[in-house]
Amino acid sequence: MSQLQLKDLYDGFRNPEVIEGFAKLINEEAKKLPKPVNIMEVCGGHTHSIMKFGLPQLLPKNINFIHGPGCPVCIMPKERIDHAYILAELDDTILVTLGDMIKVPGSHGSLQDARAKGADVRFVYSPLDTLKIAQENPDKKIIFFAIGFETTTPMTTSLIDIVIKKEIKNIFFHINHVTVPEVMVELIDSRDEHVDSYNNRIDAFLGPSHVSVITGSKIYEKFPKKYNRPVVVAGFEPVDVMEAILMIVRQFNEGRCELEVEYKRLVSYDGNKKAQALIEKYFEKASLFKWRGLGNIPDSGYRLKDEYAYLDAEHIYADILPKEEIEDHKLCICGDILRGMAKPNECTIFGTACKPQTPLGSCMVSSEGACAAYYKYGNLL
Amino acid sequence: MCLSIPSKVVKIDKERNVAVVDTMGITREAGLELMEEDDVQIGDYVLLHIGFIMNKIDEEDALESLRVYNEILEKLDEEERRSLVEEDDNCPNRGA
Amino acid sequence: MNKQITLAMGNGGEENNELISKIFYKAFKNEILQKSEDAAVIHGGELAFSTDSFTVSPLFFPGADIGKLAVCGTCNDLAMMGAKPKYLTCSVIIEEGFSTRELEKIVRSMKKELEVNGAVVVSGDTKVVPRGSVDKIFINTTGIGEIQKKGISSNNITTDDVILLSRDIGCHGATIFCAREGIELSTTLESDCASLTHQVQALLDAGVKVTAMRDATRGGVSAVLNEWAKQSNICIEVQEDAVPVSQEVNGVCEMLGFEALNLANEGTFVLAVKKEDAQKALDILHGFENSKNAVTIASVTKQYSQKVILLSPYGTKRFLDTPTGELLPRIC
Repeated sequence: MSQLQLKDLYDGFRNPEVIEGFAKLINEEAKKLPKPVNIMEVCGGHTHSIMKFGLPQLLPKNINFIHGPGCPVCIMPKERIDHAYILAELDDTILVTLGDMIKVPGSHGSLQDARAKGADVRFVYSPLDTLKIAQENPDKKIIFFAIGFETTTPMTTSLIDIVIKKEIKNIFFHINHVTVPEVMVELIDSRDEHVDSYNNRIDAFLGPSHVSVITGSKIYEKFPKKYNRPVVVAGFEPVDVMEAILMIVRQFNEGRCELEVEYKRLVSYDGNKKAQALIEKYFEKASLFKWRGLGNIPDSGYRLKDEYAYLDAEHIYADILPKEEIEDHKLCICGDILRGMAKPNECTIFGTACKPQTPLGSCMVSSEGACAAYYKYGNLL
Repeated sequence: MCLSIPSKVVKIDKERNVAVVDTMGITREAGLELMEEDDVQIGDYVLLHIGFIMNKIDEEDALESLRVYNEILEKLDEEERRSLVEEDDNCPNRGA
Repeated sequence: MNKQITLAMGNGGEENNELISKIFYKAFKNEILQKSEDAAVIHGGELAFSTDSFTVSPLFFPGADIGKLAVCGTCNDLAMMGAKPKYLTCSVIIEEGFSTRELEKIVRSMKKELEVNGAVVVSGDTKVVPRGSVDKIFINTTGIGEIQKKGISSNNITTDDVILLSRDIGCHGATIFCAREGIELSTTLESDCASLTHQVQALLDAGVKVTAMRDATRGGVSAVLNEWAKQSNICIEVQEDAVPVSQEVNGVCEMLGFEALNLANEGTFVLAVKKEDAQKALDILHGFENSKNAVTIASVTKQYSQKVILLSPYGTKRFLDTPTGELLPRIC
């Protein structure tokens, strides 16, 4: 008989007393900090927890969050949403994607607009649901518009694996998977002509939870070593986040700069090797992937290997999918916000031209974006 | 956020390579494609993400975390009691 | 507003409100409509009048079916204005090819629920349309009820009121999601679909000082509280851990990324009652199976006008917004 109950895995890590306990410890420890610490939570899941549970209200003034780019729908550039829109509008196709993509606007509108205009767009819970749609619609081409970070990438490759093994002829893929370490490097190390990124204010990283379950903590090793930024990989529950913050503050107070794992119950050094092997089998790094708000980032996205081009909707429909770049909104300062150089309310279009219902920049697109959070929780932050 | 849910494995169908998992009274099939063969057993705690089991939850580590949290609470309680006693000791009106 | 109508505009939340106010309220504008109550109060405050259409899929689901839903929905809207449901109309639009047996089953279940409410169907209409024009069957019911207590209104809530909730939330929304094709969740959950007439009658008979009542259908408890905060120009402060949510509903929320407070209910209502009568109201509600776990969930303040605040058990707070968008499972 196991001592652990499923309930403990939820309640144990949301226990109000423990959260309060950590709040006390962090407040004590933070008194010793020589200067304020800005912690970037890379992942949108952490942003969500931090906002939902109101964690900044429990923390001292010298600990700040910088909300990172880790929301796969927020960072989807208009160009790629336009692809989905164009593919969905074809008479003989059904575009299948995950529910999160529904609201994100491209230059023609969002996928829910496409559906309202008569395009066949289906939102599924699992990539596996695509199999059933393909079976029920043998005369249609089913295009799976794949999104997500490392967490969700292996699920797409599993579907590819099944499609190939079962010789299913009417499922195709439009791949938009992106990776975390490359964007972290971009945020601390890049220089582009507009922004001097060396001025970023990120002092430490809260490492993503479920990305790390797949990749293992090894992908963050270079950050403390090469970039002098501590990383603590944390779970998504509020207790996890609070514990990880305490670990980061202690590193600063003790003069350490290390990679630590708070989320030990799920994250190992090596991660899920079978999932990694599946990704390696079907995907290779795309040389550039354009992130909404951040621009092109080298090696930050995946593409199908050439030998699977017959499954690749980008290849098959190359003649109808536009390749021109679309500029982000000129007044949008999402790039600066993501680098921790500006707060959402410093943007001239924040809350006026750019609102959650009509987002212009990446940080306003999903409820996990920094601007959307400021808009919603503004006077409580 | 990468929404993934702790669940318990209640059934395994080797033929179809799926497990049935329970999430607080809700059950669903989950693909085992990302797990090594025979790695997942009935009764295991796993993480479910968009229809797939993405990893097992290490029970020892989870329990260890919960134990640590308990210790922290006990320590804080003790400190609080001590500080209350001290306050009481220092109270000028004591015994008045 | 969008150039095309999207599914989100029927969500009972933000987009839905925009559609109603910018198109219907603009055209039909009048004093009664603008009160925006569950049912219109007409005829010198003596009658309540309400209409509702039902398009649920699947038609039969654990705990109820579209027929029961169609009667409960309208009768509950009347009851929420302190009225006793009396006369209903019933219009159906049926897709060609629909099974006669299933139609009979639906109508039988309507009959049963009418009896529970002590109401009768006095007029009706039937249309059959070509395959594909509707999804199997759509039902509209319209009802008239006799108002038992005048002045119940969601525009009159003050800081003298407290907010009660009749039972655990989200069962209907979660059940429908589990029953839908493609989600493939199994559970013992049942819809909370039930008539509220008797509970309301008991509260009024006992003379409980009820300020407002609303059944938390589409948009869930979040939508009700936000509407109230705006209509009565108040701040509602909800004690998050006081809101009862069953383990299964929590499970569905965890799995699909929903908030229980945004899920639809069909036999769950929120009440604003005078502070001094809160315990009396709870005692009465506890006498009914469907509301045996009724609780106080919120207080009314002036802190942030027209806003709803959730207070966490460890001392943080956040705004609870009107739900937006189409309710879809998400990964983020």
